[in-house]
Amino acid sequence: MQKRGLPAELSASGRRLTLTHTMIVSSLKSFGRYCLFMQRVFRVPDKWREFFKNTAFEIYKLGVDSIPLVIIISIFIGAVITIQMKINFVSPLVPSYTVGLATREILLLEFSSSILALILAGKVGSNIASEIGTMRVTEQIDALDIMGVNSANFIVLPKIVGFVLFIPVLCVLSMFMGIFGGWLMAFATNIVSIETYTYGLQTMFIEWYVWYGIIKTFFFAFIITSVAAYYGYYVKGGALEVGKASTNAVVSSSILILLMDVVLTKLMLQ
Amino acid sequence: MIEARNISKWFDGQQVLYDISATFHTGKTNLIIGQSGSGKTVLMKCLVGLLRPEEGEILYDGRSFRAMNDEQKKALHTEIGMLFQGSALFDNLTVLGNVMFPLKMFSKMSKAEQLERARFCIQRVGLENADNKFPSEISGGMQKRVAIARAISLNPRYLFCDEPNSGLDPRTSILIDELLSDITHEFNITTVINTHDMNSVLGIGENIIFINKGRCDWTGNDKDIFRSKSRSLNDFVFASKLFREVKKYLERSAERDEKANN
Repeated sequence: MQKRGLPAELSASGRRLTLTHTMIVSSLKSFGRYCLFMQRVFRVPDKWREFFKNTAFEIYKLGVDSIPLVIIISIFIGAVITIQMKINFVSPLVPSYTVGLATREILLLEFSSSILALILAGKVGSNIASEIGTMRVTEQIDALDIMGVNSANFIVLPKIVGFVLFIPVLCVLSMFMGIFGGWLMAFATNIVSIETYTYGLQTMFIEWYVWYGIIKTFFFAFIITSVAAYYGYYVKGGALEVGKASTNAVVSSSILILLMDVVLTKLMLQ
Repeated sequence: MIEARNISKWFDGQQVLYDISATFHTGKTNLIIGQSGSGKTVLMKCLVGLLRPEEGEILYDGRSFRAMNDEQKKALHTEIGMLFQGSALFDNLTVLGNVMFPLKMFSKMSKAEQLERARFCIQRVGLENADNKFPSEISGGMQKRVAIARAISLNPRYLFCDEPNSGLDPRTSILIDELLSDITHEFNITTVINTHDMNSVLGIGENIIFINKGRCDWTGNDKDIFRSKSRSLNDFVFASKLFREVKKYLERSAERDEKANN
């Protein structure tokens, strides 16, 4: 007997189509809601004094508190890059100062901006999403709304402004620390002489690469803070959902950072 | 006075409030009572503007909430104080910081005046030596008091309390009820309290609205509630053994009175 409905193959493709359609609609809805959220965030603060106070606090909490992590990671990555460059540049045609040059270029172009942003998305992004998510489930955001405070603006804007202002400091610090990590490795193990490493660092230096790294971090800082705040702000439920929001915030902001990295590289380096 | 006129609310196509009309009087403790899931909190959230009802309108002393623009709504919100079920105190602020917060945001007082007003409110709710403590360092009952102090700091005309007794022991519950009742009469506030605690109903229920399955089933006061013929209300009121005994006692005394009169 013939089964009722669509043939199985068509039905499966139909299901796939429906799934794709649902995903697209849901993504567009999320994007629309994110834009509306940003519209609420970027309003004139109710009290400038409170805004400046909160921004200073966020600079300390999100930025200054990240300095130890940035220093440790940058030193180690700088050291590792130096070792790997030395191991891989085996051809006699490649001069030994290339180790310093390649370490510098990797740090300036990618590590101290994009990779650092991915690391900070984990630390800062999850912090923001869980903090705002907890405020939502404990009705602190409702309390602000009832008082007549624009909660999105009051909570989120200082975080965005604070982190966007401070991230260049982290980026430049990471560049220095990474290069220092490589120097430390050269000094400690003598895989390449200090003079050669330093010469490599100074060879064919393009200042624009430093600015390129710094400019990228502004965009990344905005993505990290705004996406995490969005996920935290719209949490529904309890502690479990706060955890999920935190994870989603980190995943989404990491993907967006990578996408933005491609776009900015294309725009600024080509 | 707050008037709710024909309020209906849907969530994802499911209706949770059905054509509710009620009046909440000034200078009285107005109670919204009902079982868990009956729609009390949704009604309260509609009243304060956290949710937008699909049908009906809410009037604050004759001013329609729906007709207000953003500025007018913001101005109205400074006249509203709210006590949340979980207190909703700001974790990063001390007790004093929490109470001073609305003053900092909306008043034109000097810092000294803000401090004076905040200390008065803290004292009024019976809290002492807790100014510099954080919400996590004080008990649930104390948190509720701080939340009340914060809610009254701007001298609100309307005070909303969502289950103020939840999670509190009976004695602390009574103290919170008495405090809310005293504040209502002292400052002539329109207080709306959402509760399913029968002690509160009998203790401070000057105007009671009973919500059952999203519908307003009964209105009255603490005196009328035992005489009600509403079956759903009786099921709710006499759910506990204590109140069933109270009812029997009242019925017996009524019979005795009747016999004596005859």
